Amino acid sequence: MIAETGLAALWLAACLSLLQLAFGVMALRPGGDSLLRAVRPVAVAQAAFVAIAFLALIQLFLRTDLSVALVAANSHSMKPWLYKFAGAWGNHEGSMLLWVTVLGLAGAAVASLERRLPERTLIATLAAQAAIGLGFYAFLLFASNPFKRLAVAPPEGQGLNPLLQDPGLAFHPPTLYFGYVGISVAFSFAVGALVTRDVGPAFARAMRPWVLGAWIFLTLGITAGSYWAYYELGWGGWWFWDPVENASLMPWLAATALLHSVTVLATRDGLRAWTVMLAVVAFSMSMVGTFLVRSGILTSVHAFAVDPQRGTFILVLLALYIGGALTLFGLRVGTVKEGSTFEPVSREGALVLNNLFLSAILGIVLIGTLYPLVTEAAGVKVSVGPPYFNLVTGPIALALAAAMATGPLLRWRRDRLAEVAARIALPILIAALALFVLILRVPGLRILPLLGLVFALGVGAASLAPLWKRNLRRTPLFTWGMVIAHLGIAVALAGMASETAFTKERLVAARPGETIDVGPWSVRFDAVDPIEGPNWTAIEGTLTARRGNAAPLRLKPQARMFSSPPTETSEAAIATRLDGQLYTVLGKSDESGRWQLRLWWKPFVTLIWLGGFMVAFGGLLALVGRVWRERRPRRQLEEASA
Amino acid sequence: VKPKNQRLGLLILAIVCVLGAVLLAMSALRDQAAYFYAPGDVARDGLPLGRAVRIGGMVKARSLKHKKDGVTIEFLVHDETTNTIKVRFRGIPPDLFKEESGVVAEGRFQDDGLFVADEILAKHDENYRPPEADGEKHRSGTLQ
Repeated sequence: MIAETGLAALWLAACLSLLQLAFGVMALRPGGDSLLRAVRPVAVAQAAFVAIAFLALIQLFLRTDLSVALVAANSHSMKPWLYKFAGAWGNHEGSMLLWVTVLGLAGAAVASLERRLPERTLIATLAAQAAIGLGFYAFLLFASNPFKRLAVAPPEGQGLNPLLQDPGLAFHPPTLYFGYVGISVAFSFAVGALVTRDVGPAFARAMRPWVLGAWIFLTLGITAGSYWAYYELGWGGWWFWDPVENASLMPWLAATALLHSVTVLATRDGLRAWTVMLAVVAFSMSMVGTFLVRSGILTSVHAFAVDPQRGTFILVLLALYIGGALTLFGLRVGTVKEGSTFEPVSREGALVLNNLFLSAILGIVLIGTLYPLVTEAAGVKVSVGPPYFNLVTGPIALALAAAMATGPLLRWRRDRLAEVAARIALPILIAALALFVLILRVPGLRILPLLGLVFALGVGAASLAPLWKRNLRRTPLFTWGMVIAHLGIAVALAGMASETAFTKERLVAARPGETIDVGPWSVRFDAVDPIEGPNWTAIEGTLTARRGNAAPLRLKPQARMFSSPPTETSEAAIATRLDGQLYTVLGKSDESGRWQLRLWWKPFVTLIWLGGFMVAFGGLLALVGRVWRERRPRRQLEEASA
Repeated sequence: VKPKNQRLGLLILAIVCVLGAVLLAMSALRDQAAYFYAPGDVARDGLPLGRAVRIGGMVKARSLKHKKDGVTIEFLVHDETTNTIKVRFRGIPPDLFKEESGVVAEGRFQDDGLFVADEILAKHDENYRPPEADGEKHRSGTLQ
């Protein structure tokens, strides 16, 4: 009964979304004014029904209702509660339902909260949202129904992929989806403004919180996903340039560019068409992100087995979305008036530079990700990996970091080079000093990690410079946000460079009782024991790590065997210290009783994710600061009219 | 500056920048993309020396040997042709790695034909098979 309710709610939500689109289009035509008032309530109702459908799916998973095909294929009655719950979206159909649910809720939020935009622009925005939603509803209802029943219920479910049985699953996919959906809302605003020829600061201010919000979630999703892959896969790496990682990075790059150009539009009324174009690109990238992962044409850990028909459906949808977005942009960009101008040496100029670098990186990542697909169509199999991505994006990322360091120190509209040089002198001095010291004290450091460390210091110093000689109490919240986010980038950069440059690795076959040295640590291999968990058994190694006179650490890496589905995974044991992480993996044993052990000492690796969270936190401060400031005039306006 | 001219300037700048990125990417791909070879391809086309490549096929039965250090393995990879590639790998092989099942390895050939793998591709889902390991017919190698 729950499954039927869910399906009925999904159909109703789809119909309401069609109605939202139809009402929106009719309301904007001459004489359709009477319909203007009907669109907002429809958007709210649509969200309510899709939420019911999603709750129904969660309920089915919590009860492990095996008569539902999706539950039988992806769940198991013996699975821990959290994974039953999160397992609702740890599969293809469920994750698409989550997407459309978030989209519906975002639409309802726009419909009930947004009051600054002209009514017609807002209605066009909601119609655009409905059009995006319809594609997802069609895909769910016709090609991936999550509520399909089985004729005969199996006695037990097939279980969830053990790699996904991790608290990360409850957090990582929804965060990224919030980000993708937020970008689609920003895109809908752009469509609305294009349709009603209303591209200007008001539109930018309405769109900015959604871009910021989406960007915060994408930052969190990427950071969390990186850490999850780092500890779960047991390879000791934090970024693999896997197609799916790229699929989340590309929308982030586009959103970062959009975030900065929307600020120019909101503050200075410049870069109008540019900002709209970036909204189109960011939306296209989030669709590519969602659909490349879901279509299964990319081979990756994330690509659940998907049938080819579904892949075709997805690619058609993708072409429709991106083609439609670009067509609308092409048709209407001529009506967007030029914004106000600026000198090359100015805040705007630096932000243009930022946008260009980000776009270049985006293009390079996109080409590298799609290249294997293109050559495969020509019958040649290639793989594109870290050698390509690091080589090409690394230098541009450093140039971007330099632009990021300088930009906030420039004045809007026009600035003088000599004054800028004076403001940036101290950070450059610090970077030069760091370069000098590193070359002298750390011989053999490769060029990219070396520059990474140097830039991290210089950029870190420069990112604090906007606070110099300022009354810190009166500094607006969004300025704090910018400073913290930029500092976060420097911190993450330092972590990446340090990990790349200074990691120590040992791979040995050892008997219990032996001691292995790695970096400053000496690790004793004490014992191996069999242990048992709720739905797995494991071999657990016990290691004691010592460094200097500090208290020894106990690490217990495991090799786990899951029974349903039968899979082996290795659970790394990681000890976190202030200056880095000791990362240990237990491998296999051989006939002579030796066990493979892989040990890494990774100095300051945690800075990577600390930096990521700082960036997201900075975004949050900026979001709160902006919403707070822009709230006040409206309240005054309402009081005046009351 | 007139607004129109500035907009034109920015447009040209953007196009130049994106074109530059595309050209850079294409030239880097020429050197950095790893092409896929099956044992039959190597026998036909010769060893692709001096660049990272991927090889794939099936791990030959009873060919897996553990070296004395306990962390290095050697095995033979074969395909539907009678050719084989000898592979050496230092590390912990993925859980699904075993004889008579598909394998894809990334690394470099030595002059003597030994393939030194940096990585054995592991996909952790039992439903997942690297497409290269399906033994399907494919052409490989040249993309000039």
